[in-house]
Amino acid sequence: MDLVIDIVLLTFLGIIALAINRIDKLFCVIMLSGLYSLLCASLFVTMDAVDVAFTEAAVGTGIATVLLLSTIGATDTHQRSAPHRPLLALLVVCTTGAILIYGTMDMPAFGDPEAPVHQHVAPRYLEESQQEVGPPNIVTSILGSYRGIDTLGEVVVIFTAGLSVVGLIGFRGMQKYGDRQRAAGITKDDMDEHLVLRVVIKIFIPLILLFALYVQFHGDYGPGGGFQAGVIFASGFIFYTLMFGLDKGMRVIAPRVLGYIGSLGVLLYGGVGITTMLLGGNFLDYDVLMHDPLHGQHLGIFLIELGIGITVFSIMLLIFFAFSSRKGLRQ
Amino acid sequence: MNIGAHYNYWVAIFLMMTGFYIVITHGNLIKKLIGLNLFSTSVFILYISLGKVKGGSAPIAAPGIEVYSNPLPHVLILTAIVVGVATIAVGLALVLLIYDRYGTIEEDEIRLKDDSL
Repeated sequence: MDLVIDIVLLTFLGIIALAINRIDKLFCVIMLSGLYSLLCASLFVTMDAVDVAFTEAAVGTGIATVLLLSTIGATDTHQRSAPHRPLLALLVVCTTGAILIYGTMDMPAFGDPEAPVHQHVAPRYLEESQQEVGPPNIVTSILGSYRGIDTLGEVVVIFTAGLSVVGLIGFRGMQKYGDRQRAAGITKDDMDEHLVLRVVIKIFIPLILLFALYVQFHGDYGPGGGFQAGVIFASGFIFYTLMFGLDKGMRVIAPRVLGYIGSLGVLLYGGVGITTMLLGGNFLDYDVLMHDPLHGQHLGIFLIELGIGITVFSIMLLIFFAFSSRKGLRQ
Repeated sequence: MNIGAHYNYWVAIFLMMTGFYIVITHGNLIKKLIGLNLFSTSVFILYISLGKVKGGSAPIAAPGIEVYSNPLPHVLILTAIVVGVATIAVGLALVLLIYDRYGTIEEDEIRLKDDSL
């Protein structure tokens, strides 16, 4: 049964990919790519990767779609040029694909428990993380503790990406956004008329934020953690901004504040590492944080997940603000 | 040879090649970025497929469960997804700047404008 669901989902993914290739209307392409992410998330659930599915659903379907839509809102909604040298490209792609498929012939069968990937460090993570680190969610143990330095790197990458986006497009014309609207004779937003949506969203936003906090603090015991929680928390604010306009959204939380909060998250993560060094352990070795190593691990993972959540939340929201401040800049 | 045994890998490769094709043939910069996104998602699918163990359960320790899927690929891909969206955002920011400068996001029109300078 699992295999049937797996094959059906994968086939759908293939069809969507072909449709994305063919369709010229960028709006349709973006909607399809959101759908593609949602199907990917379902596929990850069937393959037991619940944390990954969670992230893909929040990031791929939510944030990426919103960013792509803001971009076509500020640029162009149609693809105008025909594919460039399709036959040559097809040849290149088919050859590469054939070589890769030839490469899979030696790979172990799908789901084979004897595959090399399950032999090296994975058994240790599965068997001993309960005694060494503690959280029932083994993904959280690896993410926060065994591979804490990797995760620190990822957080810094996200932080850098946020800085790059702000550095590249900034908030140019942001202060004048209201003036531009008034100059263009737009006194009220397009969304002013959607009374039902506005009321419903006001009810939804607290629930979304509460859910994000649950995902953040329950990440040790179930699927979830800082990455997912940060994205969901940001999506609550994005929801509000989409509905009530950028000016009001930025009044709730200013981009400048977001910059500070984002750095605070990275600082918190790095600070835990420095603290463990000062206490005589290795970098990000949480055992030394408290008398009992397990308690130390618990505290350490709690703090670094908090750092991840804060940084991801503020950077995602910052990127969204930067993109939506471009709306209508050229008119 | 059992088709089910390698189907995941083949579809992952098919998706990767579709993304690759979109990146090389389409001149529209947003479409290119979406193609790049397909490409990276296919890698995610490949990794998660490798981590699956037959009859396994999600890697959350619970009494009575003996077999878990491999959590290591999950960790790698979880962070890769968030980093992926951050890099796509940087790409889109560059697209916006290009649109400011050239007034178009089609590669051939940009090249024409460059040549006429």
